Amino acid sequence: MISNNRLSSQQYEQNFADIHPPFETQDAAMVEANRCLFCYDAPCMKSCPTSIDVPKFIKQITTENIKGSAHTIFSSNIMGAGCSKVCPVEKLCEGACVYNLMDEDPIPIAKLQRYATEKAMSNNWQLFQRKASIGKRVAIVGAGPAGLSCAHVLSRQGIDVTIYEKESKGGGLMTYGIAAYKVTPQFCEDEVNYITAIGGIDIKYNQALGKDITLQQLQQDYDAVYLAFGVGLARQLEIPGEDLKGVEDAISFIYELRTNNYASLAVGDKVAVIGMGMTAIDAATQAKRLGAKEVTMVYRRTQEEMPCTEHELHIAQLDGCNIIWLAAPKEIKGVDGKVTQLVCETMQLGEPDASGRRSPVPTGETIVLDVDMVIKAAGQMPFDALVNSNGIENKNGKVTINNAATNIVGVFAGGDCVNGGKEVVDAVQAGKDGAAAISKYLGISN
Amino acid sequence: MADISANFLGIKSPNPFWLASAPPTDKKINVLRAYEAGWGGVVWKTLGSQVKNVSSRYSAVDYGGHRVMGFNNIELISDRPLDINLKEITEVVKLFPDRAMIVSLMADNNRAAWHKLIQQCEDAGAMGFELNFGCPHGMTERGMGAAVGQDPQIAKMVVEWVMEKATIPVITKLTPNVHSVVPTGRAAVEGGTNALSLINTIQSVTGINLDTLVPNPYVAGKSVFGGYCGPAVKPIALKMLTTIAQDELTSKVPISGIGGVSTWKDAVEFMLLGSTTVQVCTAAMKHGFRIVEDMCEGLNNWMDEKGYKTINDFIGKSVEKITHWEDLDINYHHIAHINQDKCIHCGLCYIACEDTSHQSINLAYGKPYNTYSIKEEECVGCNLCQLVCPVDGCITMEEHRVAPEYINWKQWQAEGRALNDH
Repeated sequence: MISNNRLSSQQYEQNFADIHPPFETQDAAMVEANRCLFCYDAPCMKSCPTSIDVPKFIKQITTENIKGSAHTIFSSNIMGAGCSKVCPVEKLCEGACVYNLMDEDPIPIAKLQRYATEKAMSNNWQLFQRKASIGKRVAIVGAGPAGLSCAHVLSRQGIDVTIYEKESKGGGLMTYGIAAYKVTPQFCEDEVNYITAIGGIDIKYNQALGKDITLQQLQQDYDAVYLAFGVGLARQLEIPGEDLKGVEDAISFIYELRTNNYASLAVGDKVAVIGMGMTAIDAATQAKRLGAKEVTMVYRRTQEEMPCTEHELHIAQLDGCNIIWLAAPKEIKGVDGKVTQLVCETMQLGEPDASGRRSPVPTGETIVLDVDMVIKAAGQMPFDALVNSNGIENKNGKVTINNAATNIVGVFAGGDCVNGGKEVVDAVQAGKDGAAAISKYLGISN
Repeated sequence: MADISANFLGIKSPNPFWLASAPPTDKKINVLRAYEAGWGGVVWKTLGSQVKNVSSRYSAVDYGGHRVMGFNNIELISDRPLDINLKEITEVVKLFPDRAMIVSLMADNNRAAWHKLIQQCEDAGAMGFELNFGCPHGMTERGMGAAVGQDPQIAKMVVEWVMEKATIPVITKLTPNVHSVVPTGRAAVEGGTNALSLINTIQSVTGINLDTLVPNPYVAGKSVFGGYCGPAVKPIALKMLTTIAQDELTSKVPISGIGGVSTWKDAVEFMLLGSTTVQVCTAAMKHGFRIVEDMCEGLNNWMDEKGYKTINDFIGKSVEKITHWEDLDINYHHIAHINQDKCIHCGLCYIACEDTSHQSINLAYGKPYNTYSIKEEECVGCNLCQLVCPVDGCITMEEHRVAPEYINWKQWQAEGRALNDH
């Protein structure tokens, strides 16, 4: 049965509390910061898509130059605070920490980054000075990580930026698409406000491209346009029964979770989650924490090929989620229009596919799961109709760029709408690249 | 099991670890706790002139997240009534007759005062004296402490006064706040001292509070130079000890080594450079008296491993290994080697060598891990890379002699061989 209000308010609070709590004291941060070896040409820095100078910001914590530390982080990544909570650091900076090679725990880089950036945000240290307006105007579509990152760089150079955002809040998937125990809606709002406090960035909410505004209009009104509208549509499984009541996509499920009270959110008794990416993990753990009695994750390949990190898998396992490897959804069955069963075909691994991973091959056998809710997390689709209708060159809906420039002069793009959906930190870097290309296009030298 | 007991001029102690004259040896309660913990002896906190202390008294230097790498104090000699100190000394000696009881002295600057104090302390049961010619603060302004130790003639005179009266062994404690400790050391030996101890604390400013701009330690908005001690001063103490151990005259008397001794390893180093016993203060003040347990066990295990039966088997063994620069072998050469299996690619060796040394390390770019290797023809064998490497045994210095024969600077120069040729 799908129902809400399954837990006490205390239980909800506990289940959705910070999964990676911050350092409680300065001493605690110091112990870890002092462990850092201050590597040269550091592997952690090279493994960060935004190239944050990790040894430098950690050294600055040890010298109690927290302002300098935050500045170091934000100079490379204006969403350094959010990234410290949502980055899969185990496969980025922390995964590359040289301590791993000594079989020692890596430096808790994310936790230290959170320490410095939270201090900056809570004290409202404004660490960047915007140059006086130079009379250039840039429109950005999407107030997610790529859009905000691009806007901040442009604003610093004295460019006036207007961001058009289809939702009523900024932050993009940070706000709407990430498990609640990683970042709270309040934090996301604070982060957007902290970034835009530099000035010169005007966010217009509830303005969707192709509905409330047109690309043509933006091109007319602004000196350049940056498209950072992300991806949105959940990939369909293309199997029978997808329209049954109780079948949801993970993106909408998490969106609901991020925009409503926990108690009002309904989950099933027995939930199946399809997929093994980060969003699948988020959906599974959040369903369990909303009170679902049984959550089963179904993935057509094995642990070797899963897109989520081992760390994320462990979170799901510790939350008590079942995992069935080598099972591909074949059909969703229902009674009276409501989900009752998920039929999966058992797979085995065959030859490597284009991604280099061994591809799943059906064995012909099937398994049947009794479920009352199915959450699909099989990836997201680009907004291909929007892209095509505006004549933007693309590949399967993903915008094609050359140094952040699209095929349309003066129109640039970056982030998920280009790469099809990567980490927040990748989008932030894309925003920086976009800003650099736009500055060059506008003839501004730094 | 090795015998780690010490015999210092007939003063016996079950181990060579004494607590230095300082706050930990100010009272019966502290000293009893120290003896119960296993300390071989104490130098009772300096008795003598009447004083009045201030608050605060200590400050420290922290480094890399470690507290009290260096420590300083502006406390004076014992500020308790003399009769109470003497009564407690008697009681402690009675309870622990097997431990060394040395009493530190700093009388007013006249012969009669010294003679009186010596008599009182001998009557109380002292087994030896240590003359405090080193206290760098508070007493110097009154012509005592370092004011005595900094002037060899005055030091000699006071030692002579003491030797006229004392019937038990006398150790003279040297101040490091001089260009060289040898002149005062020699003067003390000439004056008849039975032994020397060093070093006392070094005048210092440990730091400044960046909010109030008042240096540490803080006393009502002001500060003064404090006596610096703790692990930070050990290398300086060892150097000064060596000069005493190598001097023709001062090497004739036993030495009690002091200055940053925190572990059995530190103690062994002091003993290898000529100390018969070592004195400890800062390490005990940081961790309590329990540290002596590992000092005893560590010393014992090391002696067993090396086959030393008593401490006399190794005392002074490193003294002759410190020579003059012009006697070093110029044909000796070693080259760094990086063990690639152990390397964690931190790049610390590379950046140290590249920025500040001889550009002798090659960087092969990798993402995320670079590979570092030694350019053997460029390496001067300075050790810097090995010193900064965080992995034990990853960088080793391998011997590549330039030529088999020994040649020193004097011979090299006499033969007119090439200079500035690197």
